[in-house]
Amino acid sequence: MRTTRTPGAERTTAAKSLTGRLTPYGFISPTAALLFILMFVPIAMVMGYSVMDNVITNKHPEFVGLDNYVKVLTNGVLPTAVLNTAIFTIVSVIAHLVLGLLFAMMLNTKLLSNLTTGLFRVIYVLPWLFTVAIIAILWRLLLNPNGVINYVLVGLGITPTGIEWLSTPGTALLAVTFINIWAGYPFYMVSLLAGLQGIPTDLYEAAKVDGASALQQFWHMTLPQLKPIIISMSLLDVIWTSQQFALIWMTTGGGPINATEMLSTFTYKLAFSNYEFSQASASAVLLLVVSTVLAYVYARYQKARE
Amino acid sequence: MAATQRRVRLVKKAGLFIGLLIGAVFAGFPVVWMASSSFKSNTEIFASPPKLITDNFSWDAYTSILTDPTKVRFFINSYVVSLSVTVLTLLIAILAAYAFSRFEFRFKKPLNMIIVSVQGVPPITLLIPYFGLMVTLGLYNTYLGLILTYMVFTLPYAIIMMTGYFNTLPKELDEAARVDGASAMGALWRILVPISIPGIVSVGIYTFMISWNEFLFALTLTRTQDMRTVPIGIQLLMGQNSYEWNQMMAMSILGCIPVLLLFLFFQRFFIGGMTAGAVKN
Repeated sequence: MRTTRTPGAERTTAAKSLTGRLTPYGFISPTAALLFILMFVPIAMVMGYSVMDNVITNKHPEFVGLDNYVKVLTNGVLPTAVLNTAIFTIVSVIAHLVLGLLFAMMLNTKLLSNLTTGLFRVIYVLPWLFTVAIIAILWRLLLNPNGVINYVLVGLGITPTGIEWLSTPGTALLAVTFINIWAGYPFYMVSLLAGLQGIPTDLYEAAKVDGASALQQFWHMTLPQLKPIIISMSLLDVIWTSQQFALIWMTTGGGPINATEMLSTFTYKLAFSNYEFSQASASAVLLLVVSTVLAYVYARYQKARE
Repeated sequence: MAATQRRVRLVKKAGLFIGLLIGAVFAGFPVVWMASSSFKSNTEIFASPPKLITDNFSWDAYTSILTDPTKVRFFINSYVVSLSVTVLTLLIAILAAYAFSRFEFRFKKPLNMIIVSVQGVPPITLLIPYFGLMVTLGLYNTYLGLILTYMVFTLPYAIIMMTGYFNTLPKELDEAARVDGASAMGALWRILVPISIPGIVSVGIYTFMISWNEFLFALTLTRTQDMRTVPIGIQLLMGQNSYEWNQMMAMSILGCIPVLLLFLFFQRFFIGGMTAGAVKN
């Protein structure tokens, strides 16, 4: 027995290397446990629910195959929800980007003192500091038929009487999109401002010497430099905005008459208003698939940049 | 020549300033109106013509919130949940980030992929099974239920950001400590963590904001008034006996104070941290 000849020595190195190899797993284990129980188990559960006859309300659910998916995909409200989500997401993301870039460029000026731009920066960031619940309530106050925005519009002669922006089918989607734009642009602005400050100033000086106009500088230098930030943020924003629930729920609840129904509110209502948990699960799985594709594109893009 | 140049500069400056002012009205007016409304009486909220500064300025809305134990409880709940989530997320994320940054092990790549990709899982997908799962685990309508739920959303981002931060620190630092006989844990807490404070602060702020603002799960996983958080509390004020607009605005102001203070004190960390995570990953 070799261990008796060199007592303990090899055993300790063996033990050491074993604990050494196990160390990283120890560090990862809390994360792995949490994600397993609260991410993978629920995803497996929701997939299971989606192929069962009404779960939660029914004590002994039966396997029904793809019935729930068929029901969800033929639901009359679904096309409206898809269209609304698409409009809401695309308009929001474009407006976030345009406003964020515009404000970031104005704040990046050297014409005004640091104190002035610093003050404006704090004001511009304000919408970002409020939770969605507060934003929803605030805009319900502002957009009330007797509220201050309608007062100004009537005063300017734009509308004869106050408009119920959030409860008129023709304006509700416009109104929630506008609110979402107001709430979301600072995130872009802050990142783009950091990006702008990272562009070396001698690039601009060289361009000026070459006689490039402000527009040419913007198009050929600023935009290409910011492109990686713009693409990453837009992809993230598409993922987040298409999942938006709280803002819609607290301003219009998806109404009036489905005018602002989104995929998120549609799914939530299937579950918690209609108690169709299996159909809601099918809808949730479909949303997961769409999000996974978007997240994959995002991850691929990030990887390509490295 | 010099005079025209100066004039062009002045016009540019004035134009920019006007542009900034217009933007500031768009961004800031709603917030100013919120503050203004919180000092009005409820009957004055929709007075015509609207007044920015009311003649009957009062703190009544604030006093009625701060003296109502139910409403104060919303704030206590939000603080308990958000602070617990922040501390626990940081602890667990630092450990995981240390493993990702300083160790080689099997499954490292796939684990990393999983952590990146779970960020895209729609909350609504998890909501339906969570409802059942939390009841089964006995965590429905408890602090712990909300805390664990929020950590699922804060951890991946925190781990990615902390790993990125640790990667910027030279390996020699903690390796030297290991050679001197420190354990892996010792090297982490005595060497790496103290020099990572800026990164930890920005991850902490982000985590706090996520939990302070969360709505969907707080709505679904709590039932009784004494477990509700601020965002849900504000919504409940809407349902109760007509709309107490002035109180809702006062509660909104009180509700945004922690985040506002965090922002004002840690502006640098805030912006650096958010962009680092969102852009570089």
